[in-house]
Amino acid sequence: MQIGLLALGVLCVLFGIYREEVSTVLTKAIYICLECIGIG
Amino acid sequence: MGKRIGRIRIAIQAGWALLTNGYLAGFISGKIYTGKLKSVCVPGLNCYSCPGGLGSCPIGSLQAVLGSAKYKFSFYLFGFFMVVGTLLGRFVCGFLCPFGLIQELLYKIPFVKKIKTFRGDRTLRFLKYVILLVFVIILPLFAVDAAGTGSPWFCKWICPAGTLEGGLPLVSTNSMLQSLVGFLFQWKMGILIVTILLSIMIYRPFCKYICPLGAIYALFNKISIYRYRVDRQKCTHCKKCEKNCPMNISPVSETNHPECVRCGKCKGACPEEAISSGFCSHRKKKDMLYENGITVKARNSDRNI
Repeated sequence: MQIGLLALGVLCVLFGIYREEVSTVLTKAIYICLECIGIG
Repeated sequence: MGKRIGRIRIAIQAGWALLTNGYLAGFISGKIYTGKLKSVCVPGLNCYSCPGGLGSCPIGSLQAVLGSAKYKFSFYLFGFFMVVGTLLGRFVCGFLCPFGLIQELLYKIPFVKKIKTFRGDRTLRFLKYVILLVFVIILPLFAVDAAGTGSPWFCKWICPAGTLEGGLPLVSTNSMLQSLVGFLFQWKMGILIVTILLSIMIYRPFCKYICPLGAIYALFNKISIYRYRVDRQKCTHCKKCEKNCPMNISPVSETNHPECVRCGKCKGACPEEAISSGFCSHRKKKDMLYENGITVKARNSDRNI
């Protein structure tokens, strides 16, 4: 089961990269997140 | 042995925190790292607005994707949690989370009366699942503005790690941010102060009751490849492991419990060295029997299953 979950996880990550979710993560992460630091 | 395990673990925690927050120039300039490494998540709770942060916080990233107008599900984060959770479970909490390390260091501060447990302790631990569901998933998904964008509700209203790792160093070095400080910053500072005070009295209160990332990894603890095993042939039921468990679980009867952060204190406390841990995916029946306490030794017929 663990190997199946790992394989499914890797496939999900790859699919997430394919549909460019990573750019959403990157865009959020490279600017100061005002909500996170308590500015709003 | 217990002290040696503890020292090694603190060294790993500190080393990992430094490695993943290695953009030291950010602390001086009051700016954050903006390289492509930030598209990769770190396994622990580590604010991506920490000036030193080289990677992204998985909980912040999940809210960013779910709250974007473009996506309503994150395969990238779902897969990330599945891979890390299946490999390590809450080993991440015990070894690879900078905010966990901070709480542990705070707990080392002497205090009149350390609170080991209290009435409602076990029930309160379900709060982190509610926070995961409501503040990390439902609100960012459905409480959206006219453009279809949701806020990172957990980061905005709850997360003390963001205030400590991002808010304080950035606001103290950036005059523009100082001019923007208002009610939200005071609210989050209040949460941070309460968390710090509670961490001196209670072992890892944020991890136990609040952390949505711990809640996710907890779901994998029973099935993760890195796991604990108890050799019931060696165990004398002296309960020293249970007394030494800072998360208040019984490593013998509740091996690999969702609350276990794999800190190893039970291993160090066991005089018989009956508790071990490691990566195992195909030890199968023999270990399962030990873990569930069904029998003292695997039968020969089990060995080939």
